[in-house]
Amino acid sequence: MSEVSNTIDFELVSPEKLLKSEPVEMVVVPCTEGDIGVLPGHSLLIATVRPGVIDIHEGGQVRESIFVAGGFAEVSPERCTVLAEEAVPVADIDPAQAEKRLEDAKQALTKAGEAEDGDTAAAEKEFKTAEAMLAAASAE
Amino acid sequence: MPNLKDLKVRINSVKSTQKITSAMKMVAAAKLRRAQENAEAARPYAEVMERMVADVGESLGGIEGAPPMLVGTGSTQIHLIVACTADRGLCGGFNGAIIREVRTMAHDLKRDGKIVRILCVGRKGRDGLKREFGDDIVETIEGIGRRGVEFADARKVAETLITMFDAGGFDVCTIVFNRFQSAMTQILTSQLLIPFAAPETADDEAGKDSAGADDPGPSAIFVYEPEEQEILAELLPKNINQQVFQALLESSASEHGARMTSMDNATRNAGDMIDSLTLTFNRTRQAAITRELIEIISGAEAL
Repeated sequence: MSEVSNTIDFELVSPEKLLKSEPVEMVVVPCTEGDIGVLPGHSLLIATVRPGVIDIHEGGQVRESIFVAGGFAEVSPERCTVLAEEAVPVADIDPAQAEKRLEDAKQALTKAGEAEDGDTAAAEKEFKTAEAMLAAASAE
Repeated sequence: MPNLKDLKVRINSVKSTQKITSAMKMVAAAKLRRAQENAEAARPYAEVMERMVADVGESLGGIEGAPPMLVGTGSTQIHLIVACTADRGLCGGFNGAIIREVRTMAHDLKRDGKIVRILCVGRKGRDGLKREFGDDIVETIEGIGRRGVEFADARKVAETLITMFDAGGFDVCTIVFNRFQSAMTQILTSQLLIPFAAPETADDEAGKDSAGADDPGPSAIFVYEPEEQEILAELLPKNINQQVFQALLESSASEHGARMTSMDNATRNAGDMIDSLTLTFNRTRQAAITRELIEIISGAEAL
């Protein structure tokens, strides 16, 4: 490995398995406080990831887009690791299914809101995830 | 002198036992492959997450108001032991090893004047522990991994843990499970879940160094977005989830491995037994024939 590398190792891991591990030129990660573009030599960073789309860039173009349902990102100068709870390539999202999921989430949220001490946090999270998923699918 | 008919019955019964054990071996082998794949696939996530918690924890370490899930409640009075066993037996020393370990741990802790609570995952663990520690078992979770371990199963266990911890149910939590190494060997592991213990990186296989090779040193300073506290608040329960999930996966792979090995042994033993019984059977048969011949001949001679 040369001292100055123009790629950064990108790893995408879900609880079930290692989904992706490859050198990339740039990757854009949707963090809670805004999207972060990670290039080689990025400073050390740990951030939470919101539901959204990770874009892998190559030669100034988006080569691959992957939807993640939130998680964590750890960035070091040589590596960018994203721990995702759920990850689907944007191309594989079925808009109809995403819509149904959003509908279900909406109902669950209203139900949780109606119940006295209902757990709205989980329902809200699911709703946001579904919303972002649908947005990702329709942007494709 | 054993009766011919009895021997025949014996041989047949051993034969059908052998059929069962060899079928169980096949089933375990098939399940083992899947469980092993799952367990190995899940390792990277657990490792990265552990590293992340360690990094965040390090920069927070020693600061007032760090979450108790990370640094402990300040007391070590109540210990919770999570015992991961199987729901079914016939898997060699798999369950026994866990039960023995939990028993030793519990005795040691009690001798030091601590309060011990036990959460059993899997029916066999409860069966083995209830006589001695019946009052200490707080809960038993069964039916995990019947169709492969799913993340939801782990979440169920982890949620029980977190709720209990938040309610002040325990100070220290250790999970005891069998780490899968090969179908023949399982490594009995007790891992501290709460408070968080930094992983010992040395015990990981040397082959998988891709993830840890260019690790920034532990003293590296990270930028956090949002604040460490907020990240930790989200990360810690997730980490518990993941560690439990990993333990369950390893345990399930180990269970199938242990069952496969023990059923293989059982099949072989049954084979040996059939051989020796058949030998006795044939000898007895021959002896009976000889005896009859002698009777006839000596009868004829007497005339």
